[in-house]
Amino acid sequence: MQQDIYSVRGRIADIQRFSIHDGPGIRTIVFLKGCHFRCRWCCNPEMQEYGIQTMTVNGVPKTIGRDVTVEEVMREVVKDRDFFRRSGGGMTLSGGECLSQPEFAIALLAAAKDMGLNTAIESTAFTSYENVITKVLPHLDNFLMDIKHMDRAKHEAFIGKPNDIVLENARKIAPNAKRLVIRVPTIPGFNDTPAEIGAIARFAASLPRVEELHLLPYHRLGQDKYTWLDREYTLPDILPPTDEHMQMLLAEAQKSGLRCQIGG
Amino acid sequence: MNYTIHTVEKTARIDRLIEHLFKNPPEIEADRGVLITESYRSTEGEPIVTRRSKAFYHILENIPITIRPEELIVGSASVAPRGCQVFPEYSFEWLESEFDTVATRKADPFYISEDAKARLHEAYKYWKGKTTNELATGYMAPETLRAIRHNIFTTGNYFYNGIGHVCVQYDKVLSIGFAGIRREAQQALDKLSVADSDFVKRQHFLQAVIRSCDAAILYARRYAKLAEEQAAASTDAQRRKELMQIAENCRRVPENGATTFWEACQSFWFVQMLLQVESSGHSISPGRFDQYMYPYFRKDMDAGRITPEFAQELLDCIWVKLNDLNKVRDAASAEGFAGYSLFQNLIVGGQTKEGLDATNDLSFMCLQAAMHVMLPAPSLSVRLWNGSPHDLRIKAAELTRTGIGLPAYYNDEVIIPSLLSRGLTIEDARNYCIIGCVEPQCPGKTDGWHDAAFFNMCRVMELVFQNGMDDGEMVGIPTGDVTKMTCMDDVLDAYRKQMDYLIELMVNSDNAIDMAHNELCPLPFQSSLVEDCIGRGTPMQCGGAVYNFTGPQGFGVANVADGLYAINELVFNSRKVTMADFKAALDHNFGEDAIGETEVAAIVSEVVHGLISAGKTVTEQDIARVAAIVGSKVLTAEQRERYKNLRKMINALPKFGNDIPEVDAFARKAAGCYSYSVEKHKNPRGGIYQAGLYPVSANVPLGAQTGATPDGRLAHEPVADGVSPCAGMDTNGPTAAASSVARLDHANASNGTLYNMKFHPSALSGRSGLENFAALVHTYFDKKGSHMQFNVVSRETLLDAQAHPENYKSLVVRVAGYSALFTTLSRSLQDDIIRRTEQAGF
Repeated sequence: MQQDIYSVRGRIADIQRFSIHDGPGIRTIVFLKGCHFRCRWCCNPEMQEYGIQTMTVNGVPKTIGRDVTVEEVMREVVKDRDFFRRSGGGMTLSGGECLSQPEFAIALLAAAKDMGLNTAIESTAFTSYENVITKVLPHLDNFLMDIKHMDRAKHEAFIGKPNDIVLENARKIAPNAKRLVIRVPTIPGFNDTPAEIGAIARFAASLPRVEELHLLPYHRLGQDKYTWLDREYTLPDILPPTDEHMQMLLAEAQKSGLRCQIGG
Repeated sequence: MNYTIHTVEKTARIDRLIEHLFKNPPEIEADRGVLITESYRSTEGEPIVTRRSKAFYHILENIPITIRPEELIVGSASVAPRGCQVFPEYSFEWLESEFDTVATRKADPFYISEDAKARLHEAYKYWKGKTTNELATGYMAPETLRAIRHNIFTTGNYFYNGIGHVCVQYDKVLSIGFAGIRREAQQALDKLSVADSDFVKRQHFLQAVIRSCDAAILYARRYAKLAEEQAAASTDAQRRKELMQIAENCRRVPENGATTFWEACQSFWFVQMLLQVESSGHSISPGRFDQYMYPYFRKDMDAGRITPEFAQELLDCIWVKLNDLNKVRDAASAEGFAGYSLFQNLIVGGQTKEGLDATNDLSFMCLQAAMHVMLPAPSLSVRLWNGSPHDLRIKAAELTRTGIGLPAYYNDEVIIPSLLSRGLTIEDARNYCIIGCVEPQCPGKTDGWHDAAFFNMCRVMELVFQNGMDDGEMVGIPTGDVTKMTCMDDVLDAYRKQMDYLIELMVNSDNAIDMAHNELCPLPFQSSLVEDCIGRGTPMQCGGAVYNFTGPQGFGVANVADGLYAINELVFNSRKVTMADFKAALDHNFGEDAIGETEVAAIVSEVVHGLISAGKTVTEQDIARVAAIVGSKVLTAEQRERYKNLRKMINALPKFGNDIPEVDAFARKAAGCYSYSVEKHKNPRGGIYQAGLYPVSANVPLGAQTGATPDGRLAHEPVADGVSPCAGMDTNGPTAAASSVARLDHANASNGTLYNMKFHPSALSGRSGLENFAALVHTYFDKKGSHMQFNVVSRETLLDAQAHPENYKSLVVRVAGYSALFTTLSRSLQDDIIRRTEQAGF
């Protein structure tokens, strides 16, 4: 069995060490290629397609995506094992949507646990609960789950898919995950009103055993990538929310009774 | 847990003290220079140590004194706030020649009045031929002077100035006062027999110690009198009471042992300040302040005599005073030590001599004081070990988060064994403090000569490529034509041979300077506070201390490492490039400053016309020589492209600082070639050499004198600082960079290593930010790194500060082993700090 998980292959976009905003402690993030969603604000658009792409960064072509085994990934991840140990950190899978490569993601998480590392995923949970998530949960310490909007139509309009599966899975995951944190990318013009944030927070609070909610303020750090990919950025005019606005939304979210914070 | 964390607000007094201190630009005062000259003129022919002590006495008897508004701790080396005195016994010519530019120069300007210029001009007439600088020059071998001229290394620090770099027995003064030390010297004197072989030497030294103690006591009494006068004249009842207490304090200390915390603070301050009146040496370091001050704090607290609020205010006052001391350096050194820094290193935490955790209330209050005053001095350091309390790590991280560049972090787990390997006892090793930038020593027992030289490892690499030649002169030794070398071992062998030879020259230079200080500038006051000078009847400068070292610094590790890796990879492994091409590319700065063939005639004609219009006669031969020089820079378009392309290939290779063991191994080799060669040598005080790996800020000016290097660095660009990766080359984040840097042999570089890391403030936000930061430091130390320091400031902030310096007068950044006001740094050093990789945390 062990030999099997380490030889599973998958496609990654990047491995990033010293991540400190995606799960506890100092972490190494593995970005998996491919996503079912097309969020218009996405800061990693080069990771949406499963296919290997070329991104032209300041005139220099850069290949995005490479096929690797779990063993190869883990060799990189364990380099920071000592930092994980001192900080309570570990490995986080992100993307893209890490669960869009279910077999690879499960094998990575199983390998990390096999090696004694703390695990986390950043995910929309837009996948089959029975076939995928139930196999993920035994290897997972932190489920950082995005819930972006409670309104089905608006969700579909900005993301490309409705929110039914997301919400349904959230209800199933909550009682069974070791730790589930709800994260809300806070996007001006999409979900940054007190009513919209409040609705998400109330939903999150209704989930059994969920205690935390993180509001992640919109930023534009991914905007250049659209140009590099020769794609149009469809939210060119929005500005990152002000601190005051975020504080106001935070206060609204806190009415749910959850522990809320700005940033991951 | 042996501590309570007192969280105390800053008082309004502290803000006003700081405002007063920084109101005017710093000023050079003539008094010390004039007084020492008067004294020297009247003591011609007496033993040098006697003359030194008489001069010290004469200065302290007559130098103008002042109590600044609202001060609780008094004693100022200059009347003007942040003013400085001069020290002609070490060197003076540079200052006289810079009289008219020192106020307007870019790095560390000082105002000097016409009156001061005139008085110093008069005093300087005495000093020609009498300085340590001139004597040392005479002692150096011709080949050493040539290597200095060619900028292989610089020993300029002690060449022009006093030594400093010491932590004295503050605890002894706090406990028995100068009266007690005087008594010890007297007893030693009484025990001498006139028939002793070294009677004369010991007698004069001990008498000089006694005179120096008397001078310190006299000086404090002058302050007592001044405080009484000011009290009598004061209309403010509160201030009158303070001044009366100040007067009482100055009557008791430093003559006697301190009986209260306030007295202890005052006593400490007199010692700290007077050391810097006796000599111009910098890095006079308070050391383990939280340890030796604690008994006085505890006693007052237990007796209910003091509140944490007032104790904190006294500490804050000392913190302000440490910024009142200043020093003028020559224009070139000012670039290397930019930021008016005196490197007064004060360290908290760590272990007791017995190996138990030493953290106490004052450890936290010292960190708090730095947060209150937000000034560059003292250079605050924290000792960490596996038993350090988590609270201390977090409090230190909070200070780091302020962006002031403090504290620097030190690892007991590396430094203690490292000091043991240099012959310290386990108790002394556990009791280490940090001197100046990053140099460990046992306080009160060591003459460490820590900043003995800056040695540019990149220049050694240049000499390997030039077979020992530089600018038409043989500066190194012939190590063979590099283009004929057939394997990496040939290159490393040549590098090691050049290194060994040039280190010998550096040692010659340092030992020459050491002798000059021994003969001309023994320091009886400082010696009275360092064991075992009184016992041996010998000044520190002549080997009186228990431990003696000389610590010269190498820098450029990362450039040499990346360069060696590039040569190995491109020339020997993949064979994509010939060594001849590699050499030619370096000779032509990777094609960057090449001249096209069509431009030659115009440039030659311009140079020749320039010579003619400057009134020179130009012969055919001269024209031919100019043409040859210009011609040597000519490259064909194809060559230019090829060399530029080589640089691209080099830049695409992996670099030190990314957790790649094969590259990091070259860094260990590059550093080891230096540090293992240095430690073979001995100094005239009976001690050994030990290498450091840190550049202060010399990597910028000395980089400007360095040609292109095999790591792809262009000529004149800054060299990598300390043991840090090359600026901007550590692209895998701080954990990877730290893992790489930890692979060096930090313990062998026992004079200290320096690792700079720059963080964006967002990386430290919130409690989890502090925790993660503390974990990062902890892990680097697990991996046997020795030192770490941080700049926490955004790139945008620094760029804005360059554009609008008027808005950022108080912006403090970590330069290298010390913090400085950003706006006082030269533009090129500012740029270098901005370029250092910023670790944001993703």
